[in-house]
Amino acid sequence: MATIAKAGPNTRLWNAEADEHDTISTRTFGFWLYMLSDALIFTSIFASYAVLSTPMNLAGGPGPAQVTNAVEGFWQTLIILGSVFAYSQATVALKNGSKAGVAAGILVAMALGVAFVSMGWHDLAALTAQGNGYSRSAYLSIFFTLIATHGLHMGIGILWMLIMLVQIARFGFTADVVARLLNLRMFWQFQATIWVLVYVYVYLLGGAA
Amino acid sequence: MQVDLQGPWSPLFGRLTLDAIPYDNPIIVGTFLGAATIGLIVVAAVLYYKKLPYLWREWLTTVDHKKIGVMYIILGLVMLFRGFVDGLMMRTQQVIAVGPDSPGVLGAQHGFLPPFHFDQVYSAHGTIMLIFAATPILAGLGNIIVPLQIGARDMAYPYLNAVSLWLTTAGAALIMLSLFVGQFSNAAWVGLMPLAELPYNPGVGVDYWMWAIQLSSLGTTFNAINIIATIVKMRAPGMTWFRLPVFTWVNLSTSIIGLTAFPVLGVALSLLTADRYLGTDFFTVGHGGNFMLYIDLFWIWGHPEVYFLILPPFGVFSEIVPTFSEKPLFGYLTMVAASFAIAGIGWSVWAHHFFTMGMGPDLNGYFSSATMLVGIPTGVKIFNWLFTMYRGRITFTTPMLWAVAGIFLLLFGGFTGMMLSAPAINYTVHDSVFVIAHFHCMVLVVATGAFAAVAYWWPKVFGFKLDEHNGKLFFWTFVLGSVVVFVPMFGLGLEGETRRLDYIFNPQWRPLLIAEEVGIVLYCISIFYFLKMIYVSLRDRVPAGDDAWGTGRTLEWMTHTPVPFYNFAVTPQINALDELAWRRENGLDKVKPETFVPIHMPSNTAVPVIIGVLAMAFGFGMIWRIWWMAGAALLAIIVAVIARSFDKNQGYILTAEEIAKLESKTELASVIAEQPKRAPLDHVEAH
Repeated sequence: MATIAKAGPNTRLWNAEADEHDTISTRTFGFWLYMLSDALIFTSIFASYAVLSTPMNLAGGPGPAQVTNAVEGFWQTLIILGSVFAYSQATVALKNGSKAGVAAGILVAMALGVAFVSMGWHDLAALTAQGNGYSRSAYLSIFFTLIATHGLHMGIGILWMLIMLVQIARFGFTADVVARLLNLRMFWQFQATIWVLVYVYVYLLGGAA
Repeated sequence: MQVDLQGPWSPLFGRLTLDAIPYDNPIIVGTFLGAATIGLIVVAAVLYYKKLPYLWREWLTTVDHKKIGVMYIILGLVMLFRGFVDGLMMRTQQVIAVGPDSPGVLGAQHGFLPPFHFDQVYSAHGTIMLIFAATPILAGLGNIIVPLQIGARDMAYPYLNAVSLWLTTAGAALIMLSLFVGQFSNAAWVGLMPLAELPYNPGVGVDYWMWAIQLSSLGTTFNAINIIATIVKMRAPGMTWFRLPVFTWVNLSTSIIGLTAFPVLGVALSLLTADRYLGTDFFTVGHGGNFMLYIDLFWIWGHPEVYFLILPPFGVFSEIVPTFSEKPLFGYLTMVAASFAIAGIGWSVWAHHFFTMGMGPDLNGYFSSATMLVGIPTGVKIFNWLFTMYRGRITFTTPMLWAVAGIFLLLFGGFTGMMLSAPAINYTVHDSVFVIAHFHCMVLVVATGAFAAVAYWWPKVFGFKLDEHNGKLFFWTFVLGSVVVFVPMFGLGLEGETRRLDYIFNPQWRPLLIAEEVGIVLYCISIFYFLKMIYVSLRDRVPAGDDAWGTGRTLEWMTHTPVPFYNFAVTPQINALDELAWRRENGLDKVKPETFVPIHMPSNTAVPVIIGVLAMAFGFGMIWRIWWMAGAALLAIIVAVIARSFDKNQGYILTAEEIAKLESKTELASVIAEQPKRAPLDHVEAH
């Protein structure tokens, strides 16, 4: 409730020092909020996947057990986690202020990211070549959508890394660049987390069914 | 499943041909001529008074939260008018097309709208009113008021704020374009499946609907991020959580809904997009598609969206009622808790929109009782407002009248909502106009809240009050119109009139339909008084004081009127809930800061408006399947975003001397005054 405290001689009415906001923390916080909305995108797709993976939705086509390969998915999981580890090394180098270290970490993370996306692309292309493309059944539609949405996020992350390599070289570690590197780290870890969920719900559970 | 596209397609123009222009329809041609004339007059006036540079520098490229808010509200009001005209057409069609002997003109067997045209009109009405009228007006209010109420200089991300505005505007522009080029969706504002699928809806109508919503909902999501971050990160020193004004609290709760609900809509529409463009099978009949999935996804967004709209008006009432009762708000903490309870419960009631789907008694029972729970926090709010008024010194200014009317409408809508929450009743009135009357009472709360807020905060932004006399005439005609339209509609719904009828088969309903038409005429009169109110206020411009109503309680009334573009000359230190009321009680409300420190301000940028134009081009390209256009626009957006990240402009510094000068003559610092160019900084140390 409102307490009616009396103003005294020490009451402060204006605070001229208050303008200094921590811009990096504000930007990082906003990025967390963005990731919450991105999480909701994946949640909706996962929910749709659950709805559309009953035998009725296969329309006579292949189901989860036929389109996923848990072993291959495991390699993908290792690659994406390796990419996150490489980016973490870049963050450690950022703490030490080493441009070369950051660049090296990002380059490795990028290479592993590209490897991951191409494996996913290869899977989808192989399915399409068998005549089991996304327009075969509702199940395949949502399977392709899930993999492709994640792949699209990965692609954006890779493009972002490329831009950051240029910006590190051009600007050094300015407040803007550091904020972007920290946000990119969250983005990259988030995509790896999503992949782990995809692996568990689609590859492992699907293979078991 | 892949479906062949009907009609011609060329690489250069996609599906666009001259046939897409409905020049044979006198209603659309008339509208086009009217809109084109008004547009030409506006453009000519801007050029004649040489205001183009001013418009570009001070408005189109601005990142000032108040100007962005004003533009949001203007956009919302224009779309509100468009949506109203759709409503007018529907009511007029229904009053003419009664019984087999009713006359028909303009190619319609009954009335003046053939079924296909009528279907587009109601689809456009719903889409426009909810997404392009109510949402921008409320977003604009939040934009203007939240930073002022928490003692901030701007939103957390001024640039993103401008991007949100222009994305929303791009969506609205697409909807307007659908009137003159092609057609709009005839599958209702919710997108009825599988009617909205390509085989059953081969035209571009559904595509217009889809892309317009998609663009604007992206803008709304960004705006939600911005408002949350602003409230969490930008509060003035001493502004602890439980000193936040209730309007700011509801903006936080409503933005959390916006942030979490709109992505679901995005997914629902994207899956439909994939169905229509790529031939996937999410909501199709056959190939294992499941169109009830769409309805679930849509309402998982749709119901939180309803509370996204209703919560800001609750906040507006919570500001206005104490101000004009000259008492602190009764039950501040319960008001805050109720806002979050409503937002939370809003997430768990979506299936009450389709009890008749056949979910079974268990699920219906769950969604029914969850829906009834909403009544508790809403009731708490109503009692809090009533207890605030109790024994207060009430002055019935226009904002207060709107607030009281809003509370009454909330009762109408709330009680009928409680009726609808019982599946047994719901089964009998499902898709009847009883439901329409119910949710119109609720969205009219949004309208009264918006008009209350505009009247209440207008002087803060523009420096003078809205004319009270015409404001009250506007109020009474509007409220009377609402009653005369929607009370008979409850009756018709109970008698069995279903929604979306272009022909009324039961002549006994005619008297009540005529009553509804009378209500629509009252609405038309209210629009006249609204315009007159704006005209008279602009003509007279009676200056308002800093605390325009004399009994304001919150921080925004401590700034100058009209509010300077930097908001507060010196950031205030907050000592209490209702800081201004506290200062007034301590005799400190007239104390102004004397020494100033430099202020770091963001520079204007053209990137957001360019992104908006490109987004519209992208949408247009996708709608008409002009692939080169869509591709080029998307690429250009990506390039613009990347290029902007290489921009070294770090804003500019407003020096202490300049602030002192502007503070002595604040109309020069007002948001509508033209500002001299200030040199940008190209480097700033990280704080």
